[in-house]
Amino acid sequence: MNILELQNLKKYFATQKAVDDISFMIEEGSIFGLLGPNGAGKTTLLRMITGIFYPDSGNIIFNGKHFDPIKDIGNIGYMPEERGLYKKMKIGEQALYLAQLKGLSKSDALQKIKAWFIKFEMETWWNKKVEDLSKGMSQKLQFVTTVLHEPKLIILDEPFSGLDPVNANLIKDEIFNLAKNGSTVIFSTHRMEQVEEICDHIVLVNKGKKILDGSVAQIKNQFKENVYRLGATTAAHNLMTYIFEVIKHQPDELLLKLLHDSNTNDVLKFFINQDIAIQSFNEVLPTLNEIFIQLVEGTPDARQFQTIK
Amino acid sequence: MNKIWLIIKREYLTRVRNKTFLLSTFLLPIAMMLFIFGSAFFAMSAKEKMKKIAVINDPGMFKVNLKGDSLRLAFDFIAGVDSSNFFEKGYDAVLNLNNDSVARKFTIHSKKQLGIDAQDMIENKLDRAFENNQLQQNGIRKETLDSINKKSNGAFAIENRLTSDKGKSEEVNAQLNYGIGFGSGILIYITMFIFGSMVMRGVMEEKTNRIAEVMVSSVKPFQLMMGKILGIAAVGLTQFFLWIVLILMLSTVVSAFIPQEMLQHAGEMNKNIPVGGNSAMMMKFMDVKQTVSTVNWFQIISFFIFYFLGGYLFYASLFAAIGSVINEDPQEAQSLMLPITMPIIFAFIIMSSNLNTPDSKIMVWASMIPFTSPIVMMARIPSGVPWPQLLLSMILLVSGFLFTTWLAAKIYRTGILMYGKKASWKEMFKWAFRKS
Repeated sequence: MNILELQNLKKYFATQKAVDDISFMIEEGSIFGLLGPNGAGKTTLLRMITGIFYPDSGNIIFNGKHFDPIKDIGNIGYMPEERGLYKKMKIGEQALYLAQLKGLSKSDALQKIKAWFIKFEMETWWNKKVEDLSKGMSQKLQFVTTVLHEPKLIILDEPFSGLDPVNANLIKDEIFNLAKNGSTVIFSTHRMEQVEEICDHIVLVNKGKKILDGSVAQIKNQFKENVYRLGATTAAHNLMTYIFEVIKHQPDELLLKLLHDSNTNDVLKFFINQDIAIQSFNEVLPTLNEIFIQLVEGTPDARQFQTIK
Repeated sequence: MNKIWLIIKREYLTRVRNKTFLLSTFLLPIAMMLFIFGSAFFAMSAKEKMKKIAVINDPGMFKVNLKGDSLRLAFDFIAGVDSSNFFEKGYDAVLNLNNDSVARKFTIHSKKQLGIDAQDMIENKLDRAFENNQLQQNGIRKETLDSINKKSNGAFAIENRLTSDKGKSEEVNAQLNYGIGFGSGILIYITMFIFGSMVMRGVMEEKTNRIAEVMVSSVKPFQLMMGKILGIAAVGLTQFFLWIVLILMLSTVVSAFIPQEMLQHAGEMNKNIPVGGNSAMMMKFMDVKQTVSTVNWFQIISFFIFYFLGGYLFYASLFAAIGSVINEDPQEAQSLMLPITMPIIFAFIIMSSNLNTPDSKIMVWASMIPFTSPIVMMARIPSGVPWPQLLLSMILLVSGFLFTTWLAAKIYRTGILMYGKKASWKEMFKWAFRKS
């Protein structure tokens, strides 16, 4: 079942088509990566999903029904890229306040806050103020306040920025945990290595349009260029063939690209026939980073302002 | 609704628990009392050194009649002292009465400046001496004049009774009405600024802390804005309430301990200086203690609360809108606030310069228009305002704040999530009037 469906969403600002006809679906319980360069329209998209902005046109279907911000807001947890907390408020009170605004009762909220604080070793923070916290610490607090009310849909915009590896792992484990327990996570970032590691499904947007949609494996397959790595000791005279093209040649390793309709067995046969010992042979899939750069490159770095009629 | 309530509660509690709130609430009445009674006390206890003044060139008219007093002034009619040697001979000053009966201007030489008080006193003594001299010349005995004066001073009093439509006459005390009107007008003026900018700073804080986006993913921007405005209104009412209680308590305590003469004295000391009229005002209040009970305090306080809240709500949402469009630069706030603060200041100017004529055209008009009515109407109320006018003014104020709130909410909604550049008036206008 799909927790969220976007159908032809559009949001135009005075000088930008921030979101220009985007549709995709997110399956319940999955970890979804929303990728795109700066200014691609990710934040605007997320703000529509969280009910902060109304789309100019298009539909949002949340949990099988038409999205109603007032009703559904309690089922969404949003951590914006720009973190924000009341600096002068005590941490415990702040968590309680934000939880109550999401519709939790006071006792319920207290109980959940305590559980999370113990899990993240934050028990001693209760009476401290946010201004006393380091950046990483307030990041943890922000994460807790986002997921505290056990939302069906959790939206995290760059959740790892400013975190050290230990805390980043802590949060990452929690993201997996939440997904395992049935929450859906939308994860917006431009750190591709994290996406490969965490996300089941990704959508890439650029200049307000969707340019890629699928699972990580699908997309990698889609963009594969029949490049293989071969572990074998070879010399230049061993490599005269029309089966493949050599991209990179090292004494004990080859990077090669298949040509025409030749297949991997042709390659292996070619080397076996020459009696060259093969230590390893595997396909090299492009990294998401490479795909990302390939797709986004060539378009202007920053969005240009335009007049919208 | 529940969410608005949570927001109000937070806004209220964080402010009321704040140290500055506690300080200003408890210290202000104490400071006010200390100021009034302290100035009275110092005025009484300040002992001036006796001034010895040599008088020269006296044609004789003053010799008999010019008398010093035992405390502060002594006149010596002596020969051989002049402006060059008076100090060596032990005088503070030398008064040269070289008779210039046309200009009636004399010179007094001193090493140090005499000060306004002393100069006044000497002039006063000269006047009295001249008066006595004239009395003698015209054959009037001073005792006779004194007794006439004594009898005639305060022999009659005027009481202004207003005839209302029902034919019932009410006693009014112009002085007191003036005081109450001015007092409540100025209080509304000050609090509108204080609490209005409190709202603005609160909104700016949420924006610069970037909590706004977290908040509006939980509540509607309108709820966030109204929660803040209402929470701060509650802070204001709490502060007023505490001030009234504290001032009543303190003034009872203090007036039990401080002798009446001291107040009297302080009142007289300040009479000449118009700005220092505080304790004089205080005296007036003491004098009219009986008439105070004739003022309809309940009515005045109810209207005060209405106009405070109405005026506050009218302007607070505008302040919130301004807060939402500025970034971290307080300089920006200044320039954007100007169009909002101008009408408030303007209202205050109208109020204070026309207070003597509460029924003049400008006052009536200004008390109808919501931009100025909270301040101006409050100043008119103690002297009585016809019901139709009052009703119209109240209706206009309520619809005025509904309008400004609606308008501000639209600006606020967009402004609170805009970063980077300051919004221009044109853009704000667009946000406010675009559809949906």
